[in-house]
Order: sequence, then C-alpha cells, then structure tokens
Amino acid sequence: MKHILSTLVLNKPGVLANVAGMFAARAFNIDSLAVGRTDDPTLSRMTIVIVGDDKVVEQVRKQLVKIVEVVKVQDFVGQDVVARDLMLVSVACNPEKRPEILALIEMFGGKVVDIGPKFIMVEVAGPENKIEAFIDLCRPYGVKSIVRTGTVAMARQTRTKTEE
Amino acid sequence: MSKNKSQPDSTVCKPGSQVIVDMLIEQGVEVIFGYLGGVVLPLFDKLYDAPIKFIIPRHEQGGCHMADAYARATGKTGVVIATSGPGATNLVTGLATAMMDSVPLVAITGQVRTSLIGNDAFQEADTTGITRPVTKHNVIVKDPNDLAQTIREAFYIAQAGRPGPVLIDMPVDMQLAECPIPPKAKIELPGFRIQYKGHARQIAAAATAINASKKPVLYVGGGCIISGASEALRAVAKKANIPVTTTLMAMGAYDQNRPESLDMLGMHGSAYANYAVQQSDLLISVGARFEDRVTGNLETFAPHAKIVHIDLDPSNIGKNLHVDIPVVGDAREVLEQMLEALEYKPRKEWFEQIAAWKASHPFTYDKNADVVKPQYVIEEVCRQTGGDAIITTGVGQHQMWAAQFYKYSQPRQFITSGGLGTMGFGVPSAIGAQIACPDRVVIGIDGDSSFNMTLTELSTAVMYDLPIKIVLINNGFMGMVRQWQELFYGRRYSQSSLKNPDFAKVAEALGCVGITVDKKDQVAGAIEKMLKQTKPCVVDFRVDPEENVWPMVPAGKSLHEMDGLDIFEMA
Ligand SMILES: Cc1ncc(C[n+]2csc(CCOP(=O)(O)OP(=O)(O)O)c2C)c(N)n1
Ligand SMILES: [Mg+2]
Repeated sequence: MKHILSTLVLNKPGVLANVAGMFAARAFNIDSLAVGRTDDPTLSRMTIVIVGDDKVVEQVRKQLVKIVEVVKVQDFVGQDVVARDLMLVSVACNPEKRPEILALIEMFGGKVVDIGPKFIMVEVAGPENKIEAFIDLCRPYGVKSIVRTGTVAMARQTRTKTEE
Repeated sequence: MSKNKSQPDSTVCKPGSQVIVDMLIEQGVEVIFGYLGGVVLPLFDKLYDAPIKFIIPRHEQGGCHMADAYARATGKTGVVIATSGPGATNLVTGLATAMMDSVPLVAITGQVRTSLIGNDAFQEADTTGITRPVTKHNVIVKDPNDLAQTIREAFYIAQAGRPGPVLIDMPVDMQLAECPIPPKAKIELPGFRIQYKGHARQIAAAATAINASKKPVLYVGGGCIISGASEALRAVAKKANIPVTTTLMAMGAYDQNRPESLDMLGMHGSAYANYAVQQSDLLISVGARFEDRVTGNLETFAPHAKIVHIDLDPSNIGKNLHVDIPVVGDAREVLEQMLEALEYKPRKEWFEQIAAWKASHPFTYDKNADVVKPQYVIEEVCRQTGGDAIITTGVGQHQMWAAQFYKYSQPRQFITSGGLGTMGFGVPSAIGAQIACPDRVVIGIDGDSSFNMTLTELSTAVMYDLPIKIVLINNGFMGMVRQWQELFYGRRYSQSSLKNPDFAKVAEALGCVGITVDKKDQVAGAIEKMLKQTKPCVVDFRVDPEENVWPMVPAGKSLHEMDGLDIFEMA
C-alpha cells in the first residue's frame, strides 16, 4: 500500500543524506521524494512516498523519527489529503498534430510552456493517476523526455496520525 | 539547533581548540582516549595543560574501544579524538561496535580546513559521510558560532534515550577561529523527545497479564544495564515471582547465583532458559530486541507466549515479531511503575519444572579430560576472583564460554561486543575498564585470533601501569569459525587457523608478565600467579583445540532444538 510521509526536518546540510542513508541502510524503498522549504526558514518538508505493508511503513516512520534532525513525521494514510505531482513533458509534435495535442492538454488543465516545429513542452500538475494518464495518452505521439517532482501533499483540515 | 549568530558583547570568545577543552571540562570529562595528527594539533596543544587524563592507544580503533569500555563500565560518556582521514577511518569499527550496543561516546575528529573540504586535500576523508550509518548522530562544525553548542548537544544526544556514539568533525580552522561560548542553557532539539515514563494503561495491561500468567519468563537485555534497572528488576522478579533470563548484553543485570536465574538464552544459551522461553505463556522482554542470535527461528519462537515488550526505542517494538503489549519507556522507570500492581503467585509447578531442567541440563563439559578444557579455565577464574572481576572479551567461542562459565552478579561487570561481534575488542576494552575502575580486577578473556588483532595495545597498558590480566583461551584456531566448519562444512577447516607467536614471549617483550600453561594441573596456580601481578599479565592457556560450545541452536532452528545436549549425560 502507498503511504505519504510528510516529514518536517531541520533545514541543515546533511539532513537529506541522513534520511536517504537510513532508507538505503535498512533496505526500504522510496517511491518518490520531494523536498522544499517551509514558511519557517529553519525547517524543510520532505514528502516521502513509500510502498509497503503496515509493518514496513511503521518501521520507516519510527526510524525516521529517530534521526536527530527529523522534527515530525505524519503518515497521511487513510486521510483526506490533497496530493499533487508536477510534470514537465516534451512530446513529439509536428504542426499537423498540434490541434489534437492542444485539445488533450486543455482536457488535463495543462499548460504549454515551450513549443517548436517538432515538439511541444507541457506542464501538468495533479494527482499521480492524472499525470500517468496524460503520459499514456501522449505516448502514441512520442514522449521525448519527462521530469517529475514527486508527490507533494497536504491534509485537508482533518486529523492525521502524528508522531513526534 | 544552535543559533548564536549575533553575540552580545559580554560573550566570552576563545580559540576553538580552547573552547573544545572548556566544553569537555564543562561536561565532566575526566579521561580522553586519542591519537595525534596534523589537523588536531591546535586541540592537542590546549590539552597539554588541561586537567583531563589522556590515554594514547597504539591504534585509533583501540582508542575507540577503550572509550567504549570506559563508558560501559561507568555509564558515563566515553570520549575519543582522532585526526582526519586515516585517523577518522580507523574509528569506524569502534563506532559501529558502540552503535550496535548503544554505548554513549563522543568522537571528535580533525578535518582539513573548511576552504579545502571537497578538494581531495591531504588526509581528507568524508568523515561524516563514512560514519553516518555507524553513529547515532554526526555533525561537521563549519561556523565558529556553533562550535560550543555543538559539543554540548553531542554529549546530550549521546546519552539521551537509547545512548549511542556521536561524532563531531572539527575542521582545523574552526579550532583556530575565535569562538564564542554562549551561556549554558537547557538543550532543546525540536522533535527529539524521549518518553522515559511508560504509559499507565500499557503498564496496567502488562501487570494484569503477569498476574494471570502461569509460566512467565522475564527476558532481559542490555537496556536494563544502561538504565540501571537491576534493582527494579530484582524487585519485580521477587514480588511477582518470575524466573529471569538475560541476553549476552545483560549478563549481571540479574544475579546469576540466584535460583530463579535462568542465565543466558539464545544460540549458546542454557538449555533451561531456552526450554523455559519455549514453554512460557508470557514473555516479558525488558530492554531487549529479539535479535536473531537470541530467538532462533522467529516463527516458532516462544510459540505459546503472549509478548510484553518494554523498550525505550519505539523502533525496536514490533520490528522482529508481533508484540501483544508494547510499553515504550525506560526499563527502570517502567519496572518501577509496574511494581505496585504485581501480585505474588507461587507458580509451584513452573518453578519445579525449571529446577528439573536446571538439574538435568546445566552448562557442562568433560571434566575428566586430560587436556586443558577452556571451560575449566574460566570456571577457575570465576572461583579465584569470587565472581567479582570485570570481564571483557574478544569474539568467538571464548566469549560464549565467558558468558556461560563465569557467574555474574553485578551490572557493568561483563563487557563484550554483542551486536557487532568485534574481534579485537578484548584487550582495549580491558584497558578502558581498568581506567574506569582502577581498584577492580579487570580480566580480558580473549581468543588467540581476536588477541592477534589488537595485542599491540598491551603496550598502552604498560605505559599507563594498568594491571589488566589477559586470560588467553588459545585453541590455535578461529574456534567459532572452526566449529561451524566442523558442523556444517564437513570438517573442512578452510583458513581457520593461524600460526601464532609465543604469546608469553610477546607479552614479556612488550613489558607485561607472560605465562604459558599447557597442563591441566598448572591452571589454578597460573591464575593465582596472574591475580598477584601488578604489571599487565598475559596467561596463554593452550586449550583443547577442537572443543565446541554447547548447547547450540543451529541457525534457523527453533530455540528448543539444541544440539550437543548429549554431553550433559557425561556430567
Ligand atoms: C573483526 C572480525 N573479523 C571476523 C569475525 C568473524 N569471526 C567470528 S569468531 C571468529 C574466530 C575467533 O577466533 P578466536 O579469537 O581465536 O576465538 P575462539 O573462537 O577460538 O575462542 C571469527 C573469525 C569477527 N567476529 N570479527
Ligand atoms: Mg581461538
């Protein structure tokens, strides 16, 4: 099962290495990892997506909390949560195909961010399944390259399992 | 963490090297183990006048094990210093050893100056990168404003909760820079909170289960020693009337001379401890972590028992097996909290069963053999020291015999590398323990191959007049490896013996007293002589080369499926 661990950490050098190293040392797999500052400049938030059974996720959570620079870990599982990925994708596209592809982009609420005679670069944000669906629909035209941020997530005003 | 960017004018500033020394004194450090090098020269210059005892090992690994054993013997934080690059990498085994056994250490390593970091400078190594998985926490100081607070935090983190080694990497320019010393304040690390008290509801549930149990066993680990839980443990075992088995890490947490002591459990544990665990209806784990050398096959471990797991580190709970009643908290606190609710139950049948197992399956060996049996040597050491010595060990068969045949009655009396199983721990750990406890008899029970790894530290013992004693169980083999080759690889002894030197002569050359024993009737006399020495002393016992450690639960088998029980018929 997929779990999103929203992890508040001190904004210090080496913290990412500590977190990533713990995952490697204990043979846990990271599905995706997104890191960014928070409103408090001393803190960063890591959104870590992992897939595993409850026992594994429980261990990951406990081991994360043990890292000195980790301030708080929230597991969003079972919560009403807004989860988003951001993707830049470059799709092969000659002028004849443009109307088709633009319609697709429109449908997905995407944005054209660069365009040339043979390609079109698109920005799409949304839940992971939407991103995946967009990629699938682009494949027939030829996907040249993809860059994704990994999931970021925030709970809707509901209570979540918190561990400090 | 430390944020002291703007210093009020009144703040004292000193060179970083002096601030390090001041902080060590502030933390109550009485002894430092360490080795010189280019980028720690400023620090060593300040240590020259410091009121702190300094011990120079012959190798940084030895220094780290000494600091580790000093910490294990006292409960205080051990301190070790090394230079950058090779000095720091030589600490790795020592740090990993301390990490696995939850020993509080602060290691300070020199580092090339900050402007050179990342340039492959002379003796540069990515010390924080290399030591990250073998430390509880590590940090490099890159701002003079952080130096003092970083040291205070390191000592705090090393001891807080489940202890462990903390490394501070200290670039040479930080040692030379003017560094402020902010006033001492309570250390606040956001998110780093430890729950020492157990949850009342969980404790009540555990007490209820104990009161209802017909066949309970207390399974006690190193956490009981770390938290100073021996007295509370004794009170609980007595009030609720429960037998106690300890892991290798907890020898001495419970007096082994008491009838309700089941001694060590696990792969080379006592038959009676392993039987009791397998038949118990309630297993109360206190500060232990269900490691594979203890449990054997987890699927069939304690199959009839409900599990109560008391541990300060929540990540230990539920890591290896399902727990019925988890209690997060410090072993001593939780046992003390629980005491009130416990009721005395006679459990006559259970104790009769245990007494029967103890009578039919004691630890034993062939007492009629003509050769020197290693178990006999250790029994004799125990007898002549009244069971009161501090024992340290290397790793191998001798370590298991030291656990089986010496009877421990006090916590911090048995110092061994349990989690990592570090050969070479024996000599330096005896030195560290002797420095910690100058008035105690300290004996390193070592194996010949383990001894070969760090015997160079004997000269450290000579240099500082430390009367450590080495009981060398010399079987001419990497005995534990040989035992596995005998049992599981058809007696093909591939590379498991070394050509040993004459250890007594080596000892003499290094300035120790050296004695060789190859006859059974010399054993008692040699031990007597050894105990009289004021110099470090090595007794090379040439023991039966192919003796095995019994009983043995082969890897993957259930705890009650012990091999070697037939030797008990000889007893
Ligand atoms: C540093 C290190 N290297 C290798 C091992 C693997 N090992 C475990 S026991 C052992 C043999 C130990 O021989 P010795 O010290 O003579 O003790 P004995 O078993 O003979 O009592 C070895 C090689 C280890 N535990 N530590
Ligand atoms: Mg040997």
